[in-house]
Amino acid sequence: MASNNSIKKTLTVALALCIVCSVVVSTAAVVLQPTQQKNQELDRKSNILQVANLYEPGMDVDDAFDELITSRVINLETGEYSDRFDPQSYDQFDAARDPATSRTLSGEEDSAGIGREEMYSTVYLVGDDPDDPEQIILPIRGQGLWGLMRGFFAIEGDGNTIIGLSYYSHSETPGLGGEVDNPRWKSKWQGKEIYAEDGMSPDISLVKGGADNKYEVDALSGATLTSRGVTNMLHFWLSESGFGPYLARFHGNSEGA
Amino acid sequence: MAAESVKDVVLSPVFKNNPIALQVLGICSALAVTNSMSVSLVMGLAVIAVTACSNLFVSLIRQHIPSSIRIIVQMTIIASLVIVVDQVLKAYAYEMSKQLSVFVGLIITNCIVMGRAEAYAMQNGPVMSFLDGVGNGLGYAVILLIVGFFRELFGSGSVFGFTVLTPVQDGGWYVPNGLMLLPPSAFFVIGLIIWVLRSMRTEQVEKAEYRIVANSKAKIKESV
Repeated sequence: MASNNSIKKTLTVALALCIVCSVVVSTAAVVLQPTQQKNQELDRKSNILQVANLYEPGMDVDDAFDELITSRVINLETGEYSDRFDPQSYDQFDAARDPATSRTLSGEEDSAGIGREEMYSTVYLVGDDPDDPEQIILPIRGQGLWGLMRGFFAIEGDGNTIIGLSYYSHSETPGLGGEVDNPRWKSKWQGKEIYAEDGMSPDISLVKGGADNKYEVDALSGATLTSRGVTNMLHFWLSESGFGPYLARFHGNSEGA
Repeated sequence: MAAESVKDVVLSPVFKNNPIALQVLGICSALAVTNSMSVSLVMGLAVIAVTACSNLFVSLIRQHIPSSIRIIVQMTIIASLVIVVDQVLKAYAYEMSKQLSVFVGLIITNCIVMGRAEAYAMQNGPVMSFLDGVGNGLGYAVILLIVGFFRELFGSGSVFGFTVLTPVQDGGWYVPNGLMLLPPSAFFVIGLIIWVLRSMRTEQVEKAEYRIVANSKAKIKESV
């Protein structure tokens, strides 16, 4: 047993172990990567379908997504559709990290707490005509209480009436802020409106103690900071800094045209 | 060392020498992932797999591990296994791995895994070590499932996602106890389990290390 403790043996064992372990770990990572990416993609697609109220349990998410949803990339500043990126492969989270395709937000403007905003964003449309869609689904994100919340916000073709809000990734307290996932709370969004008057300043807010008009939604009880995060993030993304210019194009269109 | 039977090695960690209830190891993940039963089950299976395999591999190379780096060798084996388990979960149980988030990765820090590798696998053959790992993982999983059962039942009114007590927000009569969904409630449940276990098996009660004398006073130094 003494030979086990010689320097040569120690180094040999350490080296051999490292090689074996790294081969095992990298094999697992490489072999399983395609399945994992497919899962993430499927998860994102089913979230988009869910927020648009098009999801049915047991449906083939890939097929339904291809059939019902059109992805387009828009320029956030002008609100125009852009062909600069391929919507299938454009990743706006990567773009938000790259100084060439994003801008730093000043503290005052950055109510969502995201730090950097990409210049181009993907939007998902239901309906055939991109200038007169039935539904518009916008990706939104912002700080909740414990971390970044990412989700989708679905609006009718008039750019004003809300269909739904859904988060696919967040780290809020289960049972309190985590209730953003509760279907009963999510159903409260349907039919609410974003803008009280023409323009780009959103009025939709979460309020305590009972929502009593169409620009208010009940806040989550016991989750003041999560609710504030949701309001701030909507205000940011629906304002001039976010999708405001894009949505303004649809304000003339009739509801659900 | 007297040869232990297979049954002893697998079953004694479940109740007689339970890693959570008697040794009080692996508590942190037991607090974090037990708010629903399905999550507890997957976590339990992951820990069984890691403990069993790490015991097996440590035991296989135990004759060759230099004692000066044995802890690091064990840690490397455990860490590799945990990464593999994490990757497999992400590929085949995506929803579950989203819920377990960092806690799969934190199996590395679970004292049960390391404890068994050091205490058992370093001295015993591969087959027995593997079974010992299965047994200890099982002991962990059983406690997780018991805690998960109570937390999910009283916190959400369901068991394995099936509604048992209809909560008020869905029009039923049961007012869910929000505390049960938060990690501290697992402390209470684990404490109660330990109490029940030690009342049933009094040999598990630890000897008091010292006794506090009634009405004792701290001695005050009179000379300044």
